[in-house]
Amino acid sequence: MDTATAAASSPETDTRREAIRVEDLHKSFGNLEVLKGVDLTAQQGDVVAIIGGSGSGKSTMLRCINFLETPSSGKIVIGGEEVAMRGDGSPANQKQIERIRTKLAMVFQQFNLWTHRTLLENVIEVPVHVLKVPKAEAIARAHELLNRVGLGGKEDTYPAYLSGGQQQRAAIARALAVDPSAMLFDEPTSALDPELVGEVLTVIRDLAAEGRTMLLVTHEMKFAREVANHVVYLYQGRIEEQGPPAEVFGNPQSERLKQFLSSVA
Amino acid sequence: MTGLFELLGLGASAELLSLSGWGGNLLRGLANSLQIAFGAFGLGLVIGLFGAYGKLYGGKVTRDLLAIYTTVIRAVPELVLILILYYVGSDIINKISEGLGGGRVEINGVAAGIWVLGVVQGAYATEVLRGAIKAVPVGQIEAAKSYGMPAFMIMRRVTIPAMMSFAVPGLANLWLIATKDTALLAVVGFNELTLETRQAASSTRAYFTFFLAAGFLYLMVTLCSGAVFARVEKWARRGQPSLKGGAR
Repeated sequence: MDTATAAASSPETDTRREAIRVEDLHKSFGNLEVLKGVDLTAQQGDVVAIIGGSGSGKSTMLRCINFLETPSSGKIVIGGEEVAMRGDGSPANQKQIERIRTKLAMVFQQFNLWTHRTLLENVIEVPVHVLKVPKAEAIARAHELLNRVGLGGKEDTYPAYLSGGQQQRAAIARALAVDPSAMLFDEPTSALDPELVGEVLTVIRDLAAEGRTMLLVTHEMKFAREVANHVVYLYQGRIEEQGPPAEVFGNPQSERLKQFLSSVA
Repeated sequence: MTGLFELLGLGASAELLSLSGWGGNLLRGLANSLQIAFGAFGLGLVIGLFGAYGKLYGGKVTRDLLAIYTTVIRAVPELVLILILYYVGSDIINKISEGLGGGRVEINGVAAGIWVLGVVQGAYATEVLRGAIKAVPVGQIEAAKSYGMPAFMIMRRVTIPAMMSFAVPGLANLWLIATKDTALLAVVGFNELTLETRQAASSTRAYFTFFLAAGFLYLMVTLCSGAVFARVEKWARRGQPSLKGGAR
């Protein structure tokens, strides 16, 4: 249960390269310890669903991976490169963390599109200004991506004029535009009206099917079971149980997971 | 008709206000006033931006120093500040000049006016911009961070554009205050609109004519500024639905 490389380690996947590794991750907010030593590994192509009750630390864990939260201690390795940390967990090398962040595209619960920019401008912003992709190339790619998430023709629209589902799909297009080696989804459908959840899940499902590496914090159990190849159940800052979705959902071992699953079913 | 015209003294007024006469002086005064207002507003913006970032993200010493700056400047009447900053500023420059072996320096009135009013404007701009930066949804800055933007790029590409819509009404106020504060520079003998008006009025004894004309010029500046700021605000609010609802 606490092994560092539990994620989807069937024999034929061992040759794949490791995308994200988290070792003994601790995070405290003041006196409150939110993460109490979490180990997690995702190989390339893995879709890891992270489930758990509110306050279990699942979002915090995700945000520690790209250092939106500063871990209190532990080790984070992205694509084989360990993030240099100071004693207090803060990144020792700002340049390194900025470079690593460009490989980890995050999709937020509240979308967090830049409201003063059109959809097209949102999508090309990071490629043009951070990754220094030629603008014409970035624009062509942005059109492709917006088409792909079903927002063709909305290029010049500002986010505030779109539904939550459309905004989240645009945010996914923005994430894809950086050509990430892994994607971090932080409860991508939790802020959406029920009838808009489906359209976003469809896009994420397609991405999973094409072999994108993803860490997915979600409350959508059915969806997690369907798209993930590894499920992690967090309880009060620790991994309580993890394994393939059929095992975790079909044959839960711990009482807490059983209770949790029956409460969200 | 001509009789009524003469009765109201409009003919005499028009003659007094002719461009080749005192009217030209008034317009030159206005130009000086605007030059200083522009400079002071610009300097105030720069000070304000650094001040706001310093207050929000600076260390303890920076924050304390900025707190002293904004508190003192906003507590003391502007007229007093102008007298202090003008005479202290010119005194310091002269001391330095003499110390370096040079003679007394003639202080450029425009530069002095810009520096004095700019320091005053900076204190107010610090607070306007600090409030605007705090109003930017934290998620937009987090998104920028999570995609690897360095701090300065986040400021340039995300924070400043996103805060503009919150800052523009306050900055428009500051600009109008800047145009009118230039009148206070009359006390240090700078030839801006108010001083020119006073000189014209006392030389000709036509007080009413000249102060009315000056008032009209200040009003025109305000009206033009209003039109400009309306456009700026519309641009800064791009992407935000109108509060009244309806189409964009």
